[in-house]
Amino acid sequence: MLRDPFMEGVRKLEEIAKKVRFEDNTAKIDAKGLTHKELNDLIRMCAEKGAEKIILKNVCGQRYIGTRLFLPKKVEIEIFGIPGNDLGMFLDGHRIVVHGNAQDGVGNTMNEGEIVVEGRAGDVVAMSMRGGRIFIRDDVGYRTAIHMKEYKDKVPVLVVGGTSQDFLGEYMAGGVVLLLGLNRNRHLANYIGTGMHGGVIYIRGKVEKYQLGKEVGIVDMEEKDYKRVESLVKDYLTYFKPKFDLDEIMGERFTKLVPVSKRPYGRIYAY
Amino acid sequence: MPPFCAGDCMINRVITDGRVNKEIQACAVFGVMDRSGRRFGGKMIVEAMKNMKVRGNGLGGGFAVYGIYPDYKDCYAIHLMFEKEEAKQRVDQFLDMNFDIIHDEEIPTNEEANVSDPPMFWRYFVKPQKKGKDKKLSDDDYVVDKVMKINTCIDNAYVFSSGKDMGVFKGVGFPEEIAEFFMLEELYKGYIWTAHSRFPTNTPGWWGGAHPFCILDWTVVHNGEISSYGTNRRFLEMYGYYCTLYTDTEVIAYAVDLLMRKQKLPIEVVAKIFAPPMWDQIDRMEEKKRKFYTTLRMVYAPLLINGPFTVIIAHHGEMIGLTDRIRLRPITAGEKGDMLFVSSEEAAIRAVCNPDRVWTPKGGEPIVGRLKEVIS
Repeated sequence: MLRDPFMEGVRKLEEIAKKVRFEDNTAKIDAKGLTHKELNDLIRMCAEKGAEKIILKNVCGQRYIGTRLFLPKKVEIEIFGIPGNDLGMFLDGHRIVVHGNAQDGVGNTMNEGEIVVEGRAGDVVAMSMRGGRIFIRDDVGYRTAIHMKEYKDKVPVLVVGGTSQDFLGEYMAGGVVLLLGLNRNRHLANYIGTGMHGGVIYIRGKVEKYQLGKEVGIVDMEEKDYKRVESLVKDYLTYFKPKFDLDEIMGERFTKLVPVSKRPYGRIYAY
Repeated sequence: MPPFCAGDCMINRVITDGRVNKEIQACAVFGVMDRSGRRFGGKMIVEAMKNMKVRGNGLGGGFAVYGIYPDYKDCYAIHLMFEKEEAKQRVDQFLDMNFDIIHDEEIPTNEEANVSDPPMFWRYFVKPQKKGKDKKLSDDDYVVDKVMKINTCIDNAYVFSSGKDMGVFKGVGFPEEIAEFFMLEELYKGYIWTAHSRFPTNTPGWWGGAHPFCILDWTVVHNGEISSYGTNRRFLEMYGYYCTLYTDTEVIAYAVDLLMRKQKLPIEVVAKIFAPPMWDQIDRMEEKKRKFYTTLRMVYAPLLINGPFTVIIAHHGEMIGLTDRIRLRPITAGEKGDMLFVSSEEAAIRAVCNPDRVWTPKGGEPIVGRLKEVIS
């Protein structure tokens, strides 16, 4: 009785192989009409056959792109259209470029690699992210970087050119988030860093104290913070070529947010 | 005390039926409106829903369409589903006693469609025939009263659509299968279409439990779970609304009817009743606003909708998208010329058009589409 919409109508690899065109080390896939699984099957097939670059055309809502690629050789995936939820979930060292917007869950639990979105992204971007880098040109939605984490040299980085909606960095346990706020006077997000207990959030432009969760505090930017931010801004400029220059962006005030405690709820849950 | 039948009959139907009220869903919602009033077919919304197929599991799909019955636009179009033949006889009798039935017919369906165990579908185009103390009621209130009576007192009969010049079509299946079953692409044209794909896990999928939910011409499709259902339902019962369809979304349809039609509140205010600002945000407002929001929260506390939700609410002339105040369910708006879109996912909008712009408001901020001029 219960039907599985993910598996219904999924065709075998042979039947959809005609959607792929190989030229040198580049594979082109026409994603039109492909289900979530079919597209990811083809991407994996191309990567296994040695493609260095995989170009996806006519993507429209297919989920989990880049997920099933735990392969030693790393590829670059270029996306035209709009990828579906959980783009680059568990991504393991590959690079994904989206020429347009992305939906919810970009880089969910991503391990390594890079995702670049030339547009906006939806909710829970960089959720539970544990390594690699994500660059979003415009705005992001709710709960960005929720429970992002780091361990030793694995420090995930998220750079957002626009602003975020509420609960940025909620329960954040590690990593670096940079919010540039280009094209706006002030940030509107509330509950920033609620439950945060690790990592750092840099916000360019004005943020009021009431916009912050109880578990974060504002500290002064140090020399090493400016260096780190400047290096990320340079990459942002290279990727998106916006009409701002480095001095203009770095000339604005930055707010640095860090957790006030490593175990904010230690006393609530201890018994 | 319910105004019409012994309270027990309602309680039997609602509480002790063995079906639980609660449901948890992923779900897809989609709405499209031509703000110029131009009517268009169902192909666009069916394609959009197909794009989001994995958000549902085939246990419920449905559509609401506005502007489909121009020949009977002054009549209330009552859509009924009958699970047993004898229920129809009782409904026929009941409607005959209370309305002028201008026309009635079986709702055309396609037997080839891939759906299982459909009930019988019938539609009646009626005008109220008020008698005695009912003469005091407005036509709309009279129809609400009679719809509640059928849904609570006549077994195996459910009114699932009751507005003028609009209709709900819904059932068990993926949306494209329901569209095929009711032949929506072939038979109907409307200027607003909303749709839902359901992913129920806690309640059995049944034809009446699919979305949209409708009272008069107000419809609601919903993705989420309303944890305030009990509070909301009890409050609405005081105003003569009885929830009979075993699913939480029904309360939103009745709350919208109460607040927007009867109390004439604009959606901008209703949005703040369903999804009010937090108290600490209210504390920071200037005095006039602070008083307003404090009053609103106090007067309408039982209609605060708690839990995750994205809804698309529609009635003649207006389509509204709204999420809970901390947006625990997704929403994207898009527009292209006069066309306004509201969707669970941006991809579904892009699957059917190349929008001029897309955006996502903050939680609790409504997306509102209104007709540019009232169509005659």
